[in-house]
Amino acid sequence: MAARRAASSILSRRPIPRPVAASSIGESALLGAGSARGWLPGALHRFSSAPAAAAAAATEEPIQPPVDVKYTKLLINGNFVDAASGRTFATVDPRTGDVIAHVAEGDAEDINRAVAAARRAFDEGPWPRMTAYERCRVLLRFADLIEQHAEEIAALETWDGGKTLEQTRGMEVPMVARYMRYYAGWADKIHGLVVPADGPHHVQVLHEPIGVAGQIIPWNFPLLMFAWKVGPALACGNAVVLKTAEQTPLSALFVASLLHEAGLPEGVLNVVSGFGPTAGAALCSHMGVDKLAFTGSTGTGKIVLELAARSNLKPVTLELGGKSPFIVMDDADVDQAVELAHRALFFNQVCRYVHDVLRAIALLATSFDSFLWFVLEQGQCCCAGSRTFVHERVYDEFVEKSKARALNRVVGDPFRRGVEQGPQIDGEQFKKILRYVQSGVDSGATLVAGGDRAGSRGFYIQPTVFADVKDEMKIAQEEIFGPVQTILKFSTVEEVVRRANDSPYGLAAGVFTQRLDAANTMARALRVGTVWVNTYDVFDAAVPFGGYKMSGVGREKGVYSLRNYLQTKAVVTPIKDAAWL
Amino acid sequence: MAAAVANGDKGFEVPKLEIKFTKLFINGRFVDAVSGKTFETRDPRTGEVTARIAEGDKADVDLAVKAAREAFDHGPWPRMSGFQRGRILHKFADLVEQHTEELAALDTVDAGKLFAMGKAIDIPGGANLLRYYAGAADKIHGETLKMARPCHGYTLKEPVGVVGHIVPWNYPTTMFFFKVSPALAAGCTMVVKPAEQTPLSALFYAHLAKEAGVPDGVLNVVPGFGPTAGAAISSHMDIDKVSFTGSTEVGRLVMEAAAKSNLKPVSLELGGKSPVIVFDDADLDMAVSLVHMATYTNKGEICVAGSRIYVQEGIYDAFVKKASEMAKKSVVGDPFNPRVHQGPQIDKDQYEKVLKYIDIGTREGATLVTGGKPCGENGYYIEPTIFTNEEMSIAQEEIFGPVMALMKFKTVEEAIQKANSTRYGLAAGIVTKNIDIANTVSRSIRAGAIWINCYLGFDPDAPFGGYKMSGFGKDMGMDALEKYLHTKAVVTPLYNTPWL
Repeated sequence: MAARRAASSILSRRPIPRPVAASSIGESALLGAGSARGWLPGALHRFSSAPAAAAAAATEEPIQPPVDVKYTKLLINGNFVDAASGRTFATVDPRTGDVIAHVAEGDAEDINRAVAAARRAFDEGPWPRMTAYERCRVLLRFADLIEQHAEEIAALETWDGGKTLEQTRGMEVPMVARYMRYYAGWADKIHGLVVPADGPHHVQVLHEPIGVAGQIIPWNFPLLMFAWKVGPALACGNAVVLKTAEQTPLSALFVASLLHEAGLPEGVLNVVSGFGPTAGAALCSHMGVDKLAFTGSTGTGKIVLELAARSNLKPVTLELGGKSPFIVMDDADVDQAVELAHRALFFNQVCRYVHDVLRAIALLATSFDSFLWFVLEQGQCCCAGSRTFVHERVYDEFVEKSKARALNRVVGDPFRRGVEQGPQIDGEQFKKILRYVQSGVDSGATLVAGGDRAGSRGFYIQPTVFADVKDEMKIAQEEIFGPVQTILKFSTVEEVVRRANDSPYGLAAGVFTQRLDAANTMARALRVGTVWVNTYDVFDAAVPFGGYKMSGVGREKGVYSLRNYLQTKAVVTPIKDAAWL
Repeated sequence: MAAAVANGDKGFEVPKLEIKFTKLFINGRFVDAVSGKTFETRDPRTGEVTARIAEGDKADVDLAVKAAREAFDHGPWPRMSGFQRGRILHKFADLVEQHTEELAALDTVDAGKLFAMGKAIDIPGGANLLRYYAGAADKIHGETLKMARPCHGYTLKEPVGVVGHIVPWNYPTTMFFFKVSPALAAGCTMVVKPAEQTPLSALFYAHLAKEAGVPDGVLNVVPGFGPTAGAAISSHMDIDKVSFTGSTEVGRLVMEAAAKSNLKPVSLELGGKSPVIVFDDADLDMAVSLVHMATYTNKGEICVAGSRIYVQEGIYDAFVKKASEMAKKSVVGDPFNPRVHQGPQIDKDQYEKVLKYIDIGTREGATLVTGGKPCGENGYYIEPTIFTNEEMSIAQEEIFGPVMALMKFKTVEEAIQKANSTRYGLAAGIVTKNIDIANTVSRSIRAGAIWINCYLGFDPDAPFGGYKMSGFGKDMGMDALEKYLHTKAVVTPLYNTPWL
């Protein structure tokens, strides 16, 4: 689900990255996804008038990224080292399919080395033993260094992950700094309770760092997921072994080096690039790891949990897939609702000027479970919603306007300013989406917009809107992972709540209404981890995020993320001649 | 008998000091007092005038409140996110740190505080407090509630509004940041009145706050005197909260003025007569050092000074001997001299008051073990002094000087009873290795801070404030934010809710 091909896919059978890379090389080359530094002012093609917009940039040469790849080895115990096996894998420029760098490929033996280093750093090193204020200062310095190196980091993230520079530089890198400062502020405010016992006892609760945390992050938001995971773990005084996604190993290695520059002691953060079935599995089943945090697909999340159960019962937090409803009530401002629902489904990024959607992001943006895409619009971020439930009284108007909006959507080279939707991640995904579209048509849904590929080359798909979708249709139940909006009709609050909850997932929901009572009722009734009312995809460091049901276990961000990385110890002693109890 | 005096020691460098800020800071600008009046701030090392400072009174407080009101009601400060406020506070902290040397020197010439301590503790401590609250600014949480009816309820923590801070002279920097940091983090605007003895660093901080990006009108500093400027703040109808640190007597006036004006909530951090209880099982040398530090830190000009020392009878005699030896070794002299342990008292009044108490102690029959006299030819230096005896007014009243009162006790119960026999309840020290004694005494003493086998256990995360007539309300820690926040409960009915 989220990040289906994630990085972290332990289930994945393929230990060899090369074939995939090769295929994407070929097909990306067709796209000529390379683009234009500085947002070349090429013509913007409206899908309706120029379905082949994607071809526009086909012949342009990709821009040379303004950054050198400095770190390609594993970071273990404060040093960049080769993999024990000596093996490397290629990380590929998604614009062209060209190899950016060969990266040391960590496997079980490297995980063992990393865990040993983390173990030493935790059991004997200064990190958990220094004051929280000192840890706070290290994280603050790290945030400053991130800002000082923002251009480089953003370029690296764009190069490796195919995200627009505008997005990485303008939004994601500053957010990483924000997260780090947020957690830095928590470090010296981790309070246990002093507990009233029913008797003459003095009881204190100590919140101790949990130890060595194993963290597995996906490729869709490498830096932000780094921040969500590493920030609270370090603020609490833990040591970490982080496995990055094999698609996007570069930015984490770079910022990890900055973290050491900021004063992080050796061994506290170890970064192992590698694959799920080898490095990921080794981390999950390691007996020396005290806690796991995973973001990725529900399928892989199950394996992570299982490996934890089979090894040392380490606690696990999981941020997994979703199938989030977006509910438009009859009193909604339809124009606003259409735009919001459109964004909630199609956009991974909505700024003042809607722009670029990269391949990976486009994939995620159009998938439900990909809660991890952000939009910064006056401090707001953005996430997806794939089942659009619309009240019968505004249904026809809504469908008509959604159609118009979809037809107006700008599809094209994601590096070009003004483009709203780029290509899907690869041919496999592209074909799968088109199969879902066909399934929608076959099952009797009304295709009101799109429904085919855009252009004649590459993996571009027309923004597609289905109306008259029924709950039992495949397109209303399964993740399409593509730019396909499914609009369903409802008549009462009770009905829509029941249908919205009829999903194995429970990540997020949108509710669009001016009625206070309906908003309050639905906010409580929807079995999801986040309800956005008259907004969507608002993310903030302080707001807890995570899923109900099979969307995951635990919460990240906010004060809640600290709990994932703390043990709770009760200290009890008799109190003699107590003045009070 | 007398402590070592380093007055003649010239083997150290006094930093060249330029007094940059002497006017009132109102609405982002340094301005003269409306009256045009100024007052002198003096160097306690010599009694000579350091600078002439604009003297704020009611008219100036009115202007400052007007600016703060405007900044709160219409300005960006409470309207920006806590994180944004935190970023500005971080910048403020960095600027404070960059000026450590200069600020420490200002506090030394203004308050006679040890320059080395200022550089190592007071000024960095101010920056630390700012950073602590910078990190707290985006962590002010309301709660959603568990209602007894089908209702949705939640609380909002809102900034209280315009705050008046009245700070004392003994820790001009520390007290300034005790008050200002959490109030800024909470989103309040404020008028600060520093003590008339020590206005210099507060004005410098106002300048740095502006440089850091604190918007105009958010932080106003009005030096002046209690009966004029202080009273104007306490009784102002447009100030929403007053936070005061100072004497119990003045605290009473502040509260009374608040009651007579707009019933503004008040927090008071007042006097103390804090006990340190040393049990027989204590390590003697450690206990003596701890008590020495507790009593003589900042020449005894500290509200939590360990001014009543109760020592269990088994080690009492040995303790008195060692404490006396240690006091005699204490070096009194120019606070810029790094070899000096104790500088001059703040001013002539305090100097004379301390000497008067020493005289009373002697006349009431307490035994003067060491010290008891002024030292040096000019300035307000007093020898570290130790009295022993049971009943004496010097063991009841706050002396605010380098005077230790040593007393004997037999049992834990007696120690608790004696420690609590005071109208104050600010802090207490316990020196023991026994876990049960430590825990029992900790709960039994009616004081806001208990330091076990340590003293002055201050920390940004540890709330501080008194019981009884030592005041109410907490500085520091997340508790301090509460002083600057209102709690608003919001309730609305719920219909067809699946759970309550």
